[in-house]
Parts: sequence; structure tokens; C-alpha cells
Amino acid sequence: MHNGRFGIHGGQYIPETLMNAVIELEEAYNRYKDDPAFNAELTELLNEYAGRPSRLYFARHMTEDLGGAKIYLKREDLNHTGAHKINNVLGQVLLAKRMGKTRVIAETGAGQHGVATATAAALMGMECEIFMGKEDTERQALNVYRMRLLGAKVNAVTSGTATLKDAVSETMREWTSRIADTHYVLGSCMGPHPFPTIVRDFQSVISREIKEQLMEKEGRLPDAVLACVGGGSNAIGAFYHFIPDKSVQLIGCEAAGRGVNTAETAATIATGKLGIFHGMKSYFCQDEYGQIAPVYSISAGLDYPGIGPEHAHLYDIGRAKYVPVTDDEAVDAFEYLARTEGIIAAIESAHAVAYARKLAPTMRKDQIIVINLSGRGDKDCAAIARYRGEDIHE
Amino acid sequence: MNKHILSAFAHGKAFIPFVTCGDPSLDVTEDLVRAMTQAGADLIELGIPFSDPTAEGPVIQAVNVRALSGGVTTDRIFDMVRRLRQDVTVPMVFMTYANVVFSYGTERFMKTAAEIGMDGLILPDVPFEEKEEFASVSRAYGLDLISLIAPTSHDCIRMIAEQAEGFVYCVSSLGVTGVRSEITTDIGAMVAQVKQARDIPCAVGFGISTPEQARTMAAKADGVIVGSAIVKLCAQYGMDCIDPVSDYVRRMKQACLEV
Repeated sequence: MHNGRFGIHGGQYIPETLMNAVIELEEAYNRYKDDPAFNAELTELLNEYAGRPSRLYFARHMTEDLGGAKIYLKREDLNHTGAHKINNVLGQVLLAKRMGKTRVIAETGAGQHGVATATAAALMGMECEIFMGKEDTERQALNVYRMRLLGAKVNAVTSGTATLKDAVSETMREWTSRIADTHYVLGSCMGPHPFPTIVRDFQSVISREIKEQLMEKEGRLPDAVLACVGGGSNAIGAFYHFIPDKSVQLIGCEAAGRGVNTAETAATIATGKLGIFHGMKSYFCQDEYGQIAPVYSISAGLDYPGIGPEHAHLYDIGRAKYVPVTDDEAVDAFEYLARTEGIIAAIESAHAVAYARKLAPTMRKDQIIVINLSGRGDKDCAAIARYRGEDIHE
Repeated sequence: MNKHILSAFAHGKAFIPFVTCGDPSLDVTEDLVRAMTQAGADLIELGIPFSDPTAEGPVIQAVNVRALSGGVTTDRIFDMVRRLRQDVTVPMVFMTYANVVFSYGTERFMKTAAEIGMDGLILPDVPFEEKEEFASVSRAYGLDLISLIAPTSHDCIRMIAEQAEGFVYCVSSLGVTGVRSEITTDIGAMVAQVKQARDIPCAVGFGISTPEQARTMAAKADGVIVGSAIVKLCAQYGMDCIDPVSDYVRRMKQACLEV
């Protein structure tokens, strides 16, 4: 019997100690996902607290400048806490509360998921602890401060490469030692079943809204939906309701770092192979003996050696394609969007903008691209300045 | 069932030490296995290091990093076992993570492990729900895939015990591996539940380091597993770890026999 499979991917490769917790979580999720009271409360939170629905903005200047397809930006950056992460977090923390949990823990890379979790915990009166790679606490010092301000305890993880994958490992270890009162708010569509399904469902509000909004504005489906992919939660959210619409190209933009031909990359589909890690079967960057590779990207949020199992499956069946985008291209796109549209997007989201700059000119003017702008870029300004050789103080 | 593994429980309560292969070098690991056998180890767990061991505490995480940066690979560990099996007959199982086996090719890994004389393996990130993917292959080569039960297993204990191979690894506490000053789980009840389902040896691991703890646990189960405490000695004494580890294993086996 295989639980939570997407083709050959997914599963529950976790220590026996955690099995009961994920079984309990699955039961609770199945009980509440169609529960009218639960959904009414979640919708209320998403709309009144997080500011949904997020705008679908026609990027006129970018469209004119690139001279091809019409470009729309799905403004997840305008959500409360500044990214798509809040969609999943409000759902999971509400679920945890229904399950009688009093404490939430979470990993974070760029800090967006940590901030969102700390926010929801503050709102719903839960104790909160965040695990963040030490390197990331330095790259994203402002987000560390925000989490503390929200009442969360932030643990700097020093094991391994001290980045996102190590933060995930450490949060799993913490969960193993304290399960009864604690829910692990996993931030991406990854990990053991039922997390990839739960996170996808809570994020799928993105594609549901895109579909409705574009139907209203253009009376039709888009030709392509672009999103950046680390674990892949904003991408699966932006893709999900378009999966049955075969005319819509789904394109995930991976972080190639300094390039897919270098060791300093985090592009899993381009450079990884099938493996088992962090509770799931999927594609992972690894060596010939299955040791997980120390990946690299300028973006702390995409700096992860794997990809969610549903993406791995969409890749296998050819329903979605995944393209690598380098640091250089992403930084150029970060600056480009700021200048052309007056929008400072997260460096993660800039990976999708970068690919749109290549794709749009190859398409007809009556075609439509939607870019999921997963987060805002205030957090990245100091790092981008450093990348350009400018040392600014936050 | 691998008869060789069962023989580990034929000399009083079993003492089962764990070492990470390649710490501080594979030559030392090889000598260590011989020395631990002479000191009374009944079964030896050979850890194949993994870059991201999510079930391990800080001590074993650090040793995995040390061993890998020393250039240890699965193939070099297989070679070491080949050399050991020329004279060492003690039952031995690998302890590693799913991806180490999967990426090598599950079939190729199991076939080689059986050929070189291993008796089984422990995969802490493969629970009952996922085990057939590996057990169906290991079984074909006469290797036992050891099942773990945890303090949270509750109603699943019967189901796990009924399909267990070799022995049942009883995880003493919540959390990851590592030395603990106190173990609060009712191990006796856990073992009784297993035995009710099936007559199979039960060994207790996670958090055990002192002879007193070994004695207490041996009174409740068929064997005692120790990892982090031995890895700590290896880290402390480096190339000179053979004697201190032998002494330790001798004292722990003695404690197991005192029940």
C-alpha cells in the first residue's frame, strides 16, 4: 500500500517515531478539508487578514518592452507578510489548533516561511520555534528580527551546509523529540505524505484566483504560467488548477546558481537524479553514492537540493517543464522589474521574471503569460547591493 | 529469517555496538570490529555514513561528516567487510539511510551485501509503511531488514512485530540518537507487546551509555544497542580508540550478563 504517491514519487520515508504524527495529521486533514466551518474560518483569515484575493496585474511596460506575449503578474508579494507562504501557514496553523496542538515549529530558508509561521502563531496564540540555517540567518538578518518581534524563538542551524536542507533536517529532529503538543508547519510541497498534498491544497488558491481573474480580464486561459521552484509550493499553487487545461504551459524556474555546469547550483531537475530524502521519493542533487549535494543559489529560498514529489511527477509525465535560471539572470530580472514596473520582487520570484524575459519575445502578441510573483524583495536589497559590489547597511 | 542474526541472542543478553565506518579511517574501523568481537560484542552495526542523517543527534551527525570528508564510500566499506569476513564470524548488519541503498541500486546493494557476508540492515528512515520496497529485495538475498518500534508506535506494534525479521529494534525514547541521562519509556511494556505478537528477540537502543543503563535495559529485553557513546570514544581517542572501545564493550557486555 502506497500512501500519497504522485506517480513513483512521494511516500513516507520517515523514522517510525514520526509515523503516528503523520497518520494523525492525515486523519485530521481529511476530517477538516471539506468542513464548512473550518473553510469559512480559513477564507475569512485569507481575505480579511492576509488580504486575498491577490491582484492579477497587467504588466504593460514589461509587455511593451519585450514585444511579445501579454504579461500578467500574480501579486502574491502583496499578501500580508510579503509572500505566498501565508496561504499555507494560515491553513496549517488553523488545522494544528483544531488538532489541539499548542506549539508550532517550522524550517525557513529566506525567512519568509518563518515570518509567516511566526505571524500565524502570534495571531492564533501558539508557541512558535523556527529553525533557520546559520548562513541564512546572516543573509536574511532582517527576517530573523521580524520573527523574534512576532514572539518566535529562532534557532540557527549549524549542521551540514547550514542552509535550508539542514533547517528541514533539524525541524524533523525537533519534531521527533516533541510530538504530542507540536505541529510541524512544513513550508513547501515536500516532505512525507500528507504534507505535499496539504501544502498544495492550501496554495492552490493562487491558480484558482488566476483562472477567475484572467477569465474576467481576458475571457480566456493563459498560454503559460511561470513560477520559481525550490521545493515548489508557489509553483504548485500557481499550476494546480491549470493541470487539466492542456493548452496551458506550466513552467517552473529552478535556481541554477552559477550555472548548471558548475557545482554551485540548486537546479534539481537539470542536475539531480531520483532519490529518497526528507521523507519523500523525488529528484535530488546528489553524488554517485547518494550523498546529498551542498547546493548553492543566491536565493536562500531556492537553495534546496530537492523538489516536491508532485513537480517530479509533472516533469515525468511531461505536463510541466523546468528550466534553470542563473544568479546573474535573476539579479538582472530583479533590477529590470523594479525599473520597468516599479515592483521590487523577491529574488526567488525574479527567477521566473528572468525566464519570462526570454519566453515572451518568442510568443505572439495575442498570447498570455502569467508570472507568479511569489514574494516581495525588500529582504533581498542588501544582498543584491552586495552582489553588485555595493555595501549598504540595513 | 537470517539464522546468523538469531545466534547473536544465544549467549545471554546481547550487546550490540554501533560504529560509523571510516571514523577515523576504514583501517581503524576494521581493527575495531575485530577488537569488539573479542571483547564480547554479539552483533555489530556498521554505519555507512550519510550526508544528512535526520534520525541522528549531534554526535553521530558529526561523525558522518568526518567519515565522508575522509573519503569513505559504500564501495570502500564493502571492501572492508570482504577483508573482515576472512576471519570474523560475528553477525553484522549495516545501518544507513534509504538513499544510500536506493542510489546504489537497491538490487545491486542487497546482492553485494549478501555476497560479502552481511546479515541484514537497518534503515531508520524506512518505516513499516514503506518497507516492502527494500524488504522484498533483501529477503531474496537472505538479508534481514530490521524493523524499529518507537514509543509512539502504540497499536502498530503488533503489525510491525508480525512481519519483523531478525530482531526488533526498540527505540527507547522520543527524539534522535544520543546519550541520555534518563529513559522514561516503559520498555518492559513495549517488549511484552512485541512478544505477545511474535517470539522474536528485542534489542533496545537510543540513549544508552552506562553499564547501569545496560543492566536495566537487558533485564527488560534481549539485547542492548549502543551507538553515540562508542562514537564519542572514537572521536576522543582517534587512531588510538581500539583499547578504550574494547574496554568499554567488555564492561557493557559484562553488565548485560549481570541480569
